[in-house]
Amino acid sequence: MASTDVIGADRAQAKQGKKMSRKKSRGPWLERYSALILATILLGAWQVLVPLSGLSEFVLPTPLAIAKRIVNELPLLATHAYVTLFEVVAGFAMGVLIGIPLALSIFYSRAFERAIYPILVALQTVPKVALAPLLVLYLGYGWAPKITLAFLISFFPIVISTVVGLQSLDKNLVNLVRSMGASEWQTFFKVRLPAALPNIFGGFKVAVSLAVIGAVIGEYVAAERGLGYLQLQANSLFDTTLNFATVVTISGLGVMLYFIIDTIESRVTYKRDAAK
Amino acid sequence: MSATTQTGAAVDISRLSKIYKTREDDDVLALDKIDLKIEPGSFVAVVGPSGCGKSTLLSLLAGLTGASTGTISIDGDGVSKPHPKTGVVFQSDLLLYWRTVLDNILLPIEIKKQDVAKFRPRAEELLAQVGLAGFGNKYPSELSGGMRQRVAICRALIQEPGLLLMDEPFGALDALTREQMIMDLQAMWLRLRNTVLFITHGIDEAVFLADRVLVMSPRPGRVDLDLKIDLPRPRQWSKTHEDKEYHAYVRQIRAIFEAKGILVAH
Repeated sequence: MASTDVIGADRAQAKQGKKMSRKKSRGPWLERYSALILATILLGAWQVLVPLSGLSEFVLPTPLAIAKRIVNELPLLATHAYVTLFEVVAGFAMGVLIGIPLALSIFYSRAFERAIYPILVALQTVPKVALAPLLVLYLGYGWAPKITLAFLISFFPIVISTVVGLQSLDKNLVNLVRSMGASEWQTFFKVRLPAALPNIFGGFKVAVSLAVIGAVIGEYVAAERGLGYLQLQANSLFDTTLNFATVVTISGLGVMLYFIIDTIESRVTYKRDAAK
Repeated sequence: MSATTQTGAAVDISRLSKIYKTREDDDVLALDKIDLKIEPGSFVAVVGPSGCGKSTLLSLLAGLTGASTGTISIDGDGVSKPHPKTGVVFQSDLLLYWRTVLDNILLPIEIKKQDVAKFRPRAEELLAQVGLAGFGNKYPSELSGGMRQRVAICRALIQEPGLLLMDEPFGALDALTREQMIMDLQAMWLRLRNTVLFITHGIDEAVFLADRVLVMSPRPGRVDLDLKIDLPRPRQWSKTHEDKEYHAYVRQIRAIFEAKGILVAH
């Protein structure tokens, strides 16, 4: 039958597409390791230039000295990192638990959206750092102000990205499942939520990085534990190497959380352009 | 084969009107008292320019919007919400990119909370019939436009719908793929013999595919011509396109559009 020709061509195209994507994913060697190479060059330059410039270790320690210090102080750093990690995760979790239902209410109720959006935007323009001393005043020196600050700072991107994700859905997809007899409940779980997931996860990634900042700022203001507290201690002792070691640990914490969310995302979603 | 159990649904539309309310109080009469009976198992094409109400007609039949006045019934059941006997194919394939081809085809089964595993062989069979055997575990992004629209058709057919509604299904495809899809649709319909309502703005594909062509004109949406197409089946692309009668039908439809000023000669 004549029809097999075009179908055959379709298939050949599909095969070719597959081959091309495989080739692309292998990629040139340089492209694959480019980030690693650049980081090595920058750190190498730092390592070499510090002694040459005559800067003292108290002003700017070398990367190797910082790395050595991290290894030596691992138990100390870990003790404080656990505290900060707990604050970040708790604040972020609160952001999700409150942000998602709020986003759903905004999406489903026009009146609620009109009422709450100006307040949300107004709140967002308040620098969260400025709230830290107030939170300490109200909530004391313990976990509460740090978790609250991490929550406040991470909550906004979660709400906005979820609302945008839900609103950007192709209306025809809703018509499609409705034509199959889907209830709103089914429409939400079969179409709306999966289609919004890439946006929601985008918001999570921004939020978790911000939550780290929130928790550390909380610790700067008043704390007896945590990486922010440790850094202030190092600062007051002019221990610049420990100061840097703490900064690296804080950043490592953020990177770790980011990649945990990234891994969860790749487990639960399929990237639209994965095959292209 | 399961196709033998499938019979076309009868459609009965009576005094159907649809008014869209606009903000400035000038309501748009999209459909004006349409009366239409569709024989079970017939292939009806609706052709007309943009804004003639043909998509409104489809959306009413699909139960996606409510009628302003008048009634629609499918096999005697009044339509006010989506009818279980209808399947819809839209202009774009609307495949869910996060689901495999097979899971896309099985979506209506999931939504109707039927046993998905039971329908899996049927889904694979449909895929094979449209020339996509073995593509079940691929994702839509790995398929060409024509292949994706074939999958969308399989999805509409999984429930063995007595009434298949198609809203300009080949409008987004290139000319060559479109020609192939038209031929494949005819072959599929000759096998299934369900009732098809095919919305298009292509006069040629309407005449080529249908037993009956309804010509609609806008403001208000009305059926201007109800034309029975009496060409032997299966119709073959080049042979039918050389047929004098085929061209007579096409001319007759064009004449309506010219008279209405929708097509203007220079």
